[in-house]
Amino acid sequence: MNFSLTVGLPHYLLVGAMLFCFGLYGVFSKKNAIAVLMSLELMLNAVNINLIAFNRFLWNNPVEGTKHLLLNGHVSAIFVIVVAAAEVAVGLALVISIYRSRLSANVDELDWLKW
Amino acid sequence: MIRMEASFQWAWLIPALPLLSFLIIGFITKKWPKLSSTISIAAILTSFVLAVWVDFGVFASGVGAELVEKPYQHVVNWLTFSGVPWGLSAAPLNIEFGTLIDPLSAMMLFVVTLVASLVQIYSVGYMHGDKGYSRYFAYQSLFAMSMLGLVLSTNLLQLFIFWELVGLCSYLLIGFWFFKPSAREAAKKAFMTTRVGDFGLLLGILFLLNKFGTLNFVQLFHMMTPEVKAMVAVGGVSYLTLTAFLVFIGPIGKSGQFPLHVWLPDAMEGPTPVSALIHAATMVVAGVYLIARIYFLFQGASPAALEFVASLGGFTAIFAASIAIAQNDIKRILAYSTLSQLGYMVMALGVGSLTAGMFHLMTHAFFKALMFLGAGSVIHALHEKQDIWEMGGLWKKMRITGTTFAIGVLAIAGVPPLAGFFSKDEILSAALHNGHPVLFGIGLFTAMLTAFYMTRLFVIAFMGPEKAENHPHESPWVMTLPLVILAFFSIVGGWAGIPEHGFAYFVRPWGSEFEPEAMNWLVAGPSIIVGLAGIILSYIVYYGKASDPVEAAFPRVYKVLKNKYYVDEFYLWIIKHIVDGIGKVLYWFDIYIVDGIVDGLAWIARSLGSLFRRAQTGQLQVYAIIFFVALIVLFLAVTYGEGQLHALNPLALGGGK
Repeated sequence: MNFSLTVGLPHYLLVGAMLFCFGLYGVFSKKNAIAVLMSLELMLNAVNINLIAFNRFLWNNPVEGTKHLLLNGHVSAIFVIVVAAAEVAVGLALVISIYRSRLSANVDELDWLKW
Repeated sequence: MIRMEASFQWAWLIPALPLLSFLIIGFITKKWPKLSSTISIAAILTSFVLAVWVDFGVFASGVGAELVEKPYQHVVNWLTFSGVPWGLSAAPLNIEFGTLIDPLSAMMLFVVTLVASLVQIYSVGYMHGDKGYSRYFAYQSLFAMSMLGLVLSTNLLQLFIFWELVGLCSYLLIGFWFFKPSAREAAKKAFMTTRVGDFGLLLGILFLLNKFGTLNFVQLFHMMTPEVKAMVAVGGVSYLTLTAFLVFIGPIGKSGQFPLHVWLPDAMEGPTPVSALIHAATMVVAGVYLIARIYFLFQGASPAALEFVASLGGFTAIFAASIAIAQNDIKRILAYSTLSQLGYMVMALGVGSLTAGMFHLMTHAFFKALMFLGAGSVIHALHEKQDIWEMGGLWKKMRITGTTFAIGVLAIAGVPPLAGFFSKDEILSAALHNGHPVLFGIGLFTAMLTAFYMTRLFVIAFMGPEKAENHPHESPWVMTLPLVILAFFSIVGGWAGIPEHGFAYFVRPWGSEFEPEAMNWLVAGPSIIVGLAGIILSYIVYYGKASDPVEAAFPRVYKVLKNKYYVDEFYLWIIKHIVDGIGKVLYWFDIYIVDGIVDGLAWIARSLGSLFRRAQTGQLQVYAIIFFVALIVLFLAVTYGEGQLHALNPLALGGGK
C-alpha cells in the first residue's frame, strides 16, 4: 500500500471549509460576545487559507517577461489579516464598553435595538 | 359684397364706452357721486347716438334687406386652436371677438341703449342721496356694456361670456342694498336659478362646437345642410334637436320660463330702475334674443323642438298672468306680468314667427320699462310703500306719472293704436296661421288676463280712495322726462310694423323670404274685444273697493294664486326633503364608505406592521442565520436554476418574464 500522501489543493480547501464551518457554528451558537468574535476570526482565517491555496496551486506563474510570481492571493490575505485585526480591536472595545454599562457580554441580551 | 356703412365699423364703441365709464367710475371718480353719474350718463347717451347712427345705416339706407342675407361682421381673432380640425369644419378652431350687425341686432341696440339711457337719467332722481350712488352707476355701466356686447356677439362663446356678465350685473344690482337680508337672498336665488339654465346652454354650445367646429353664427347658419339635419344623436333624436333643447334651457333660466321663473319676482328687491332696465326691458329678453339669433338651429331641428318652445312659452304666459291677478305688491304684479309677456315672446318664436317675437320684445321693452319706472315714481312718492291697497287717488296728485302709467296699461292691454296691440296681434295671428289653435286660445285668454290685472293695478293704486296718511307729490323732472319719452314710444313703437317695408321686412330669419302680411281683422277683432273686456270687467270689479272683492268671492282660488301655485314651497319641500335627504345619504356614504376605505387601508397597513415587527427580534445570531440561509438559497438558485433567480423577484411575480 502506498501511504505516501500528496497534499493538493483539495486538502487545503477542505481545511478551509472546515475552519469556516466551525467559525460559522461559533457565530451562530456562542452566547459570549468574545467567543463570537473569536469564531469570526476562524472564518476569516478560513478565507485566508483559501486565498493562499488558490494562489499557490492555480496562479503559480511568473509575471509575463519577468521572474516575479503573481502574489495577488498573498496580498489579499495580508489585507484580510490587517482588517481582521482592526475589526477585533473595535469589536473588543465595543464589547468591553457594553460589558461595563450592562455587566453582561451575552449576545442574547444585546437586543435593545430591536424596533 | 354688401355696401359698407361707415357707422358699422364703429359699432364696437357702443359697448366699449359704458365699459370705459365703468372703469373710470370704479377706479377714479367713486368719491364724487355727481361726477360718476354724469360720466355714466354721458357714456350711455353717446352709445345711444352711435346706435341710432348704426340703425340709420341699417334701416334707412336700404342695406337692411341685404344684411338679412349677409350680416355685417367686424371681427378680431381672439383664440386659435391649431391642430386637428374640429367637427365638420375643415379649418382649425377659431374664436373671434367682434360685432355682428343685422337688423335684429340693430333693433336691439336701439332698444337697449334707449332704455338704458332713460333709466340712468331716471336713476339720478330715484337714487338721489343713496350711499352707493357711484357704485350704482358703475354697475349700470357694466350692465350696459355686457348687454350691448351680448347683442353684438358674433359667436356663441362671446355671447356666453356676456350672457354670464349680465347675470353677474343682475346679481350685483338685485343685491344692491345688500344690508337687507331679503335682497341678499333674492340676489343669490337669481344667480343660482339662472345658472341652472346656463348649464344647459353651455352644454348646447359644446355640442355645437363638437359637431361643427365653429361657433360663429353665420358659419353655423351656412352649415345647416340636409345631411346635418339628418344626423342622429341617440335613439332616433336628431343631433340638432338635442342641441336645440339644450340651448333652450339657457333662455328658460334667463327669460324666466316655467319652471325656472321663480327668481324674477324675487329680483324686485333691487332698486326699481334696475327692475325696469334689467328685469323687464333688457336682460330677461336676452334669452328670447338668443333663440332668435340661432333660430336656424330650431328650424333645422325636428318640429318637436319648436313645438316645445311654443308650449312652454304659452304655458308660462297664462301661468304667470293668473298669478299676477292675486298679487298686491306693485312691483310683483309687474314682475309676473313680465314673466307672462316673456312667455308670449317665447311662444311667438315657438309658433314660427321670429318677427312677432322680436316685435313684442321691442314694444314690451318700452311699455314695461315705462310701467316699472312709473311704479318707481309712485314708490318714491309714498316713501317705499309697495302695497297697492295702501295707495289710491294717486292720479290726482301725480298727473304725469298717472297719465304715462295709464298709457302703459293701455299699451300692454293691446288697445289700438298703442304699441302692444300691434305686436300682440302679430303673435296671435302667427299662432293661428301656423296651425296652433290651442296656443291662439291661450294667447287670447292671456291677453284678457293681462288687461284685467293691469287695470286692477291702475284702478286700485291710481283711482282708488285716497289715503289720509299718504302725501304723494309728483317726482322731479329727471324722473318724469324718461316716463314721457317711454310713453311716446309705447304709443308709436307699434307703428314700426305698419309700413310695407316695416319691422317684418327687416327682422326676419336669415335667408327667409319676406312675405308681407295684411292686417288680419279676424285676429285683431277678438284681440281688441278681449282686451277691452278685461279692462271693463276689472274696472267694474275693483273701482272704489278698499279690499280685494275677488278674494272674498273665490277665497280658495285666490289663495292658490296668491301663493303662486306654491311653486316656491314645492321647491323648498324638494330641497328640504329630497335634496337634503340625498345629502344625508351621501354624507353617510362619505363618512362611512369613502372614509372607511381610506381608514381601512391605513388600518391594514398598521396591523400588518405590528404583526411583522415581531420578526425583528434584535437577536444578532438569528439575523446572521437568516442572512446565511438566504445566501445559500441565492447560491443554489444561481447555480442550479437557469433563470430561476428571476422568479424570486417580487416585482416580476405578476407575469413578468
